[in-house]
Amino acid sequence: MGQDMYAVEVDHVTIRFHLASEKVDNLKEYVIKRLKRQLSFRDFFALQDVSFKGKKGEAWGLIGINGCGKSTMLKAISGILKPYKGSITVRGEIAPLIELGAGFDGEMTARENIFLNGTVLGHSRKYMEEHFDEIVDFAELWDFLDTPIKNYSSGMKARLGFSVATMVSPDILICDEVLSVGDFLFQQKCMERMSHMLSGGTTLLFVSHSVEQVKALCDHAVWLDHGRVQEIGPAEEVCDHYTELARANQKKGVKK
Amino acid sequence: MNVWKIRVNLFLKYKDLLRELVVRDIKLKYRRSVLGYFWSILNPLFIMVIMTIVFSTMFNNSIENYPVYLFTGRMLFEFTTTSTRQAMNSVTGNASLIKKTYVPKYIFTLAKVTSAMVDLVFNFGALLIVILATRSKLTWTFLLFPLVIIQIYIFCCGLGFFLATYNVFFHDVHYIYNAVTTAWMYLTPLFYPIERLPEKVKIAIKLFNPLYYYIAQFRDMVYLGRIPGWRIFWGGWLIAFLMFAIGLRVFLRKQDKFILYI
Repeated sequence: MGQDMYAVEVDHVTIRFHLASEKVDNLKEYVIKRLKRQLSFRDFFALQDVSFKGKKGEAWGLIGINGCGKSTMLKAISGILKPYKGSITVRGEIAPLIELGAGFDGEMTARENIFLNGTVLGHSRKYMEEHFDEIVDFAELWDFLDTPIKNYSSGMKARLGFSVATMVSPDILICDEVLSVGDFLFQQKCMERMSHMLSGGTTLLFVSHSVEQVKALCDHAVWLDHGRVQEIGPAEEVCDHYTELARANQKKGVKK
Repeated sequence: MNVWKIRVNLFLKYKDLLRELVVRDIKLKYRRSVLGYFWSILNPLFIMVIMTIVFSTMFNNSIENYPVYLFTGRMLFEFTTTSTRQAMNSVTGNASLIKKTYVPKYIFTLAKVTSAMVDLVFNFGALLIVILATRSKLTWTFLLFPLVIIQIYIFCCGLGFFLATYNVFFHDVHYIYNAVTTAWMYLTPLFYPIERLPEKVKIAIKLFNPLYYYIAQFRDMVYLGRIPGWRIFWGGWLIAFLMFAIGLRVFLRKQDKFILYI
């Protein structure tokens, strides 16, 4: 077995945001500040020296408090953000489960949005035509196909988004806090499909605040704290430590 | 060179997205208007009539067949300003998508310029109506028009990339460009004959106004019925590719930073 068994390799990744300390968002101010030499920049490290390797078929959960860098990590893996140091190697196709409605145009019908969303994920139109029925079947939205998406409930949108993204088994599925919507039955259906995909060799990267969901779905977990890796290992262990710490902190808070 | 091979492959992968985005723009534009596609023909005709009434006598009838003269100029000018204005907002307008998934970002810019082309098609319909109604001569040189349209399309894509990039970082680019287009309109011989300008201004416009190259070529083909001169023809291509190269270069160099500002 060579290096190819890893679907995702994150190697000592640091992500730096290099931003002006004062927000200068117009050209006039920029030119004036530049001339007066008042422009100063401040570095913010969203991730520092993070490494992990995910094999094919593994499910990785990313946990941590808000702002610890979970979503930044996913963005870096999807190629939206470029690492400042280190490297990320991804082998295969990535399908991001886009946050509710972000990939949809409210004015367009569901039918049109399926094509739009599919091509955003890099599929060809022909390919989408072939898989159209499959998508609608899974989302159970045959009755509302020609309704503009803006009239959809958030649960319905989530269903549609999920079906488009998971229509093919992508090599890597990225899932950022999207399963919390949709009714109970559909959530179960999603979980089932995800486990099915995992056994088919898809690597899952999963961000959730629900430790229970991470435990149920993932076999490995990374716990991030202020952009650094706090712990890395089997999902059960890491999640337990995380909840223990959270409880301890809560008690401390109560005593105060 | 390897980088470019990857880029070309990436573009081919997302070409259907480009198509979907263009179709979306067109559908949304016409979905809820009662007059639908007719509006796109009526609107330019209406403006042309008004401008003809106001301006044609002002220039002592020195321009033969004023409606066609005006229409050919306005048509290309309108395309340039609408397409670049839409392209300017193409990255910021798709922020929610760009933040969530990896898509080559220039696709959005290209889509906006391309969907503006559709209006140009309708304008051609209106142009034919004007030509027939004024009983002006229609020569074979009319058929050369795709050559100009390709040039101006390439030019607008380049300018669109440039504007889209800076619009991400500076919110007043928007206002500055509005002022620029107004000045540009008066500095382009759309509704006045260029001969009436002072000599120096005339030379400056003929040399440095990119739109002059396209409008002059187009008028040669459609309005005067002759083959455009080599200077404006090759000059037009040169400017188009130059603008495209500059715009694309700026865009590709800055695109990794977009995510921090949108």
